[in-house]
Amino acid sequence: MKIMTCPVNGPRNISEFAWGGEIKPQPDPATCTDAEWTDHLFLEANTAGVVSEWWLHTPTNTWFVARRNTVTDEVLETMTADTFFSRRSDTLR
Amino acid sequence: MPFALLKYAARSALKGDHAADAHFHWTPDLKPAYDVVIIGAGGHGLAVAYYLATRHGITNIAVLDKGWLAGGNTARNTTIVRANYLTPEGVAFYKESVNLFRSLSNELDINVMYTERGHFTLAHTDAALNTARWRAEVNTHMGVASEVIGPDEIKRLCPTLNVSDDVHMPVLGALYHPPGAIARHDAVAWGYAKEAMRRGVEVHTQTAVNKILVENGRAIGVETNRGTIHAGRIVQAVAGSSSVVASMAGLKLPIRTIPLQACVSEPVKPILDQIVVSGSLHVYISQSARGEMVMGGATDAYGLYSTRSTLDFKESLMAHMLELFPFMGELKVLRQWAGMADMTPDFSPVMGLTPIENYFIDAGWGTWGFKATPVSGVRMAECVATGRQPDLLKPFALDRFRSFDLVGEKGAASVGH
Ligand SMILES: Cc1cc2nc3c(=O)[nH]c(=O)nc-3n(C[C@H](O)[C@H](O)[C@H](O)COP(=O)(O)OP(=O)(O)OC[C@H]3O[C@@H](n4cnc5c(N)ncnc54)[C@H](O)[C@@H]3O)c2cc1C
Repeated sequence: MKIMTCPVNGPRNISEFAWGGEIKPQPDPATCTDAEWTDHLFLEANTAGVVSEWWLHTPTNTWFVARRNTVTDEVLETMTADTFFSRRSDTLR
Repeated sequence: MPFALLKYAARSALKGDHAADAHFHWTPDLKPAYDVVIIGAGGHGLAVAYYLATRHGITNIAVLDKGWLAGGNTARNTTIVRANYLTPEGVAFYKESVNLFRSLSNELDINVMYTERGHFTLAHTDAALNTARWRAEVNTHMGVASEVIGPDEIKRLCPTLNVSDDVHMPVLGALYHPPGAIARHDAVAWGYAKEAMRRGVEVHTQTAVNKILVENGRAIGVETNRGTIHAGRIVQAVAGSSSVVASMAGLKLPIRTIPLQACVSEPVKPILDQIVVSGSLHVYISQSARGEMVMGGATDAYGLYSTRSTLDFKESLMAHMLELFPFMGELKVLRQWAGMADMTPDFSPVMGLTPIENYFIDAGWGTWGFKATPVSGVRMAECVATGRQPDLLKPFALDRFRSFDLVGEKGAASVGH
C-alpha cells in the first residue's frame, strides 16, 4: 500500500485521502471578468512534473498541501496550508 | 466479407501465392511541409487522416507519433462501443459512431470483429435506477434502442449473472442496450492507417512533437525530434498528453490526466455473451473473442502521467466482480495495465476549432473515446477541411466552459465505457 503523511494525523494509507487538484491562484470574484472566472473554474495546468496540490484526509476532514511529482508518482513533501502559504512565493512550485 | 479475404483466396487459388500485401508503407524521410500535420497516431488521429483523404481529397498529410502506431489508449482500452448516453447531444454523436462501426470492416477492408452483444448497466440503488429510466427515455426519443428491465429479465438474458438478494448490493434492474458491442481495437487503428497510407498519407512513428510554432495567433508548424515541419493546418489528438501538447501552442484545457486501469483473465470457453457494467459498483466486464474476461473499473483516485498498475485496483474490482459473477473466483488474472485518460469536468470531449487559427483539437476522451473513433474522424476531418465547426460538434466546442453550456455525461460515462 502507498503511504501518505498527513501533516496533522501522520502516515496513513493513501486510500484514506482524497485528491483536490493543483493549487491555482483565485481571481477576485468582485473585480474579475466572467471569462477570467470561468477559466479559473474549469481550466487546469495539468502539469506533468512537480506540482503543489490540495489533499484531504477524509476521516478527519483535514485539508493540507502536498508537493508531488505527477510523472514518477512520488510524494515529495506534505505540509499544512498555513505553512504552504507562509512560504515565499518564489520558492513555491 | 472483407475484400482482402476474397483477394487472398482468389490469388492463392490462381497462383498458389499465399503472401498477403504489406499493411503499411512507411516513408523514411519527413518532408519540409504538409497541408495537414496530425499529432498522435492513435485511432482518432488516424481516422481524421483517413476521412480527410477519402471524403475531402486532402492527402498531403503527416501523422506523427512519439511512440509506435496506436500504442496509446487505443491499444489499452476495453473496446466497448455503445450509444446509450444521457444528453441528446451525446446520444446523437455516439449514435453516428455506432452506425459507422457497423460497416467499418467493409469500408477499411480489415476485420475489426465488431460484434453486438447487448450492454447492461446494472442499478443497485434507487438513484441508479432513476438515471437508467432517464437514459432510456432520452435514448428512445433519439432512436437508440434502450430500455429498463428487472432482475428476472436480466437473469433470462444473462444467465451467468448473479441476481440473488444474498449479496452486499443486490441488482434492482438494468438499462439494457441491445446494440452495445465490442470491436478489435488494434484492427480499427490499423485499418484506418493502412487505408490512409494507401492514399498517400504518411505516418511517422518515433517522431515526438516538442514545440508548436505559432505566429500572430496562427499555427504554422511543429518542431519534432527529427526536425521542423511546416503545416497548413495542425490537429492534436494525443489523449492523455492533451494538456502538455496544447500548452506548447499556448492553450490551457479543462482536462486532468488520470490513469485508468484494466485487466484480463486467462482465456476460457465462451461463458459471457453480454457486456455487463455496474455504475454503482464501479466495475465492468465482457468476454473477448479469445476467451479472456476483460475487466475494468473507475479511474484512479488522483492524477498521474503514468501507466503503472496497482494492487488496490485489482482488489476493489474483484470484491464486486465475485458477487456479480461467482465463477470468476476460479480464474486467474493474466495481465493488468493502465492508460492515461484525459478527463473533462462534464465527461464530454473537447473538439474542433480553437482560439488559434489553423489549430484543431480532438481531446477530452477520458475513459470513453474508443467508441467515438469513427465519428470523431469524420467530423474532425470535416472541421479541418472546411474550417467550420460541424453541427454535431458544436456542443463539444472548447468555449462551452465560458458560457456554462456543459454537456453533463457523468451519469452515462463514469464507468460504463
Ligand atoms: C483501460 C482503459 C479502458 C478504456 N475502455 C474504453 C472502452 O471500453 N470504450 C471506449 O469507448 N473507450 C475506452 N477507453 C478510452 C479510449 O481508450 C480513449 O479515449 C481513446 O483510445 C483515445 O484515442 P486517441 O486516438 O485519442 O488517443 P491514443 O490512442 O492514446 O493516441 C494518442 C497518441 O498520441 C501520441 N502522443 C502523445 N504526445 C505526443 C507528442 N508530443 N508528439 C507525438 N505524439 C504524441 C501518443 O504516443 C499516442 O500514441 C479506455 C481507456 C483506458 C485507458
